[in-house]
Amino acid sequence: MSHRSEGLQPQPYRADKITRASSVHLRAANLDYAGAPIFDALDLTLPAGQTTCLLGPSGVGKTSLLRLIAGLLPDADGKVTDDRGQGISGQIAYLAQQDLLLPWLSALDNVTFGNRLRGESAGTEAKTQARGLLAQVGLAGREGDRPAKLSGGMRQRVALARTLMEDRPIVLMDEPFSSLDAITRYELQALAAECLAGRTVLLVTHDPLEALRLGHQVLVMAGTPARLEAPLVPTGQPPRDPADAGLLALQAELLKRLTRAKMDHAP
Amino acid sequence: MKALRALIIGAGMLLVWQAIVSLTGVAHYILPGPLRVVRAFVANVDLLLAHAAVTGAEIILGLLLGCILGCVSAILVASFPPARRWLLPVLVVSQAIPVFALAPVLVLWLGYGLLSKVAMATLIIYFPVTAAFLDGLRRTEPGWLDLAHTMGGSRARVLRHIRIPAALPALSSGIRVATAVAPIGAVVGEWVGSSAGLGYFMLQSNARLHVDAMFAAMLLLAVMAVTLYFSVDIALRLALPWQAEDTGSTPQGSD
Repeated sequence: MSHRSEGLQPQPYRADKITRASSVHLRAANLDYAGAPIFDALDLTLPAGQTTCLLGPSGVGKTSLLRLIAGLLPDADGKVTDDRGQGISGQIAYLAQQDLLLPWLSALDNVTFGNRLRGESAGTEAKTQARGLLAQVGLAGREGDRPAKLSGGMRQRVALARTLMEDRPIVLMDEPFSSLDAITRYELQALAAECLAGRTVLLVTHDPLEALRLGHQVLVMAGTPARLEAPLVPTGQPPRDPADAGLLALQAELLKRLTRAKMDHAP
Repeated sequence: MKALRALIIGAGMLLVWQAIVSLTGVAHYILPGPLRVVRAFVANVDLLLAHAAVTGAEIILGLLLGCILGCVSAILVASFPPARRWLLPVLVVSQAIPVFALAPVLVLWLGYGLLSKVAMATLIIYFPVTAAFLDGLRRTEPGWLDLAHTMGGSRARVLRHIRIPAALPALSSGIRVATAVAPIGAVVGEWVGSSAGLGYFMLQSNARLHVDAMFAAMLLLAVMAVTLYFSVDIALRLALPWQAEDTGSTPQGSD
């Protein structure tokens, strides 16, 4: 384990920052693509303060489901509410596979970008907070670097810091670690789990082990129109040790489900 | 190395030019040799520089005006989608009419002075700037717009903080093209009707069979155009330092 190029120091988790996260309820989601139904009256609940991982074959609609919840699919039907029955726009932060950093801004300005986009102050106070978050993700000293100067792993860390800066109770992540190498991915999974604990998280992923490390519950999506199977619930708190015997047994079960889902999905 | 190569190419072309003149014995009022052109340049240097100042002013004013108008149009069209349907046909038609055909009318309306040439240069520059900037504004990385949506940014702020900066590399290619064609606009205007400028000087010299003086004016114009192009190029590079270093975003999502 000498390959820790982007050294990871555990940082104290700042529980005081988060207002109690709500559950997210998706009801009666309908979406057609090219005349075929992707979702037909699909329901999903993301439990409050927990991480829900979503797996399934390519093209089954995982990303569409996440985008629907994020309010990024204007053509889809479906009601997305919190526990009080309110809409959740303004409560969500979004972390994609691409880091989506703006190449003309420094790491620090990327972290405070949301403030500027909403016309809020991005002054000393916001900058101090952003510096703290960059330090928390292990990037102290790189505040002034533009994204092109950072490695893929570092860029995704900046994106994570930007997500934390937004400080939203609900976090939607679409394969955020899939373009990273194995070691960097492993480090970032632990960091993300730690930083996002206490929030309501939806993580779309292709990686069964990632889902089992990070998820309070793991869902498999299959079929046309897509259905969600009964969740797998690994024991213990994330991030889990990948060497755990129970986790490896669950991984075998999960792979079986995914294989079945893929057969199901093939025409 | 680059400079040396340019020097060698330049010297080689001059040699070939001189060789053609010496070997064919062509009359100097048909094709003057390089030495004769240099002599004509030295003899007319004051006059040439005075005319060059006029042409230079026309080019730079046209470039500024064309770029400003182009940027404003592109931003207007990008921020009000219905404006696109109204403005785009006008843009295309404005390009379908050759500037050469418009030149006499512009001289008629705006006179023999600076104004008609600036208008000509502006017209010729306007389109590449607008088209390139508009293209850049319409091709914003969709992921950035998704992110902005979840962050809660208004349309105006998304335009200002994401779409415009993201379109600057496209705008800078448009400005490069515009800089390369700007001298054409000014000189065409001068050919059609003027009392000053390098185009006017070339026309007068040609009519009097002072072909060597005409070549001297042409060379001066070429030097001006190349200098302008490289100055603009360097300025754009300095203004957008992130463009050269950007290695592109991480791969696209698969699902």
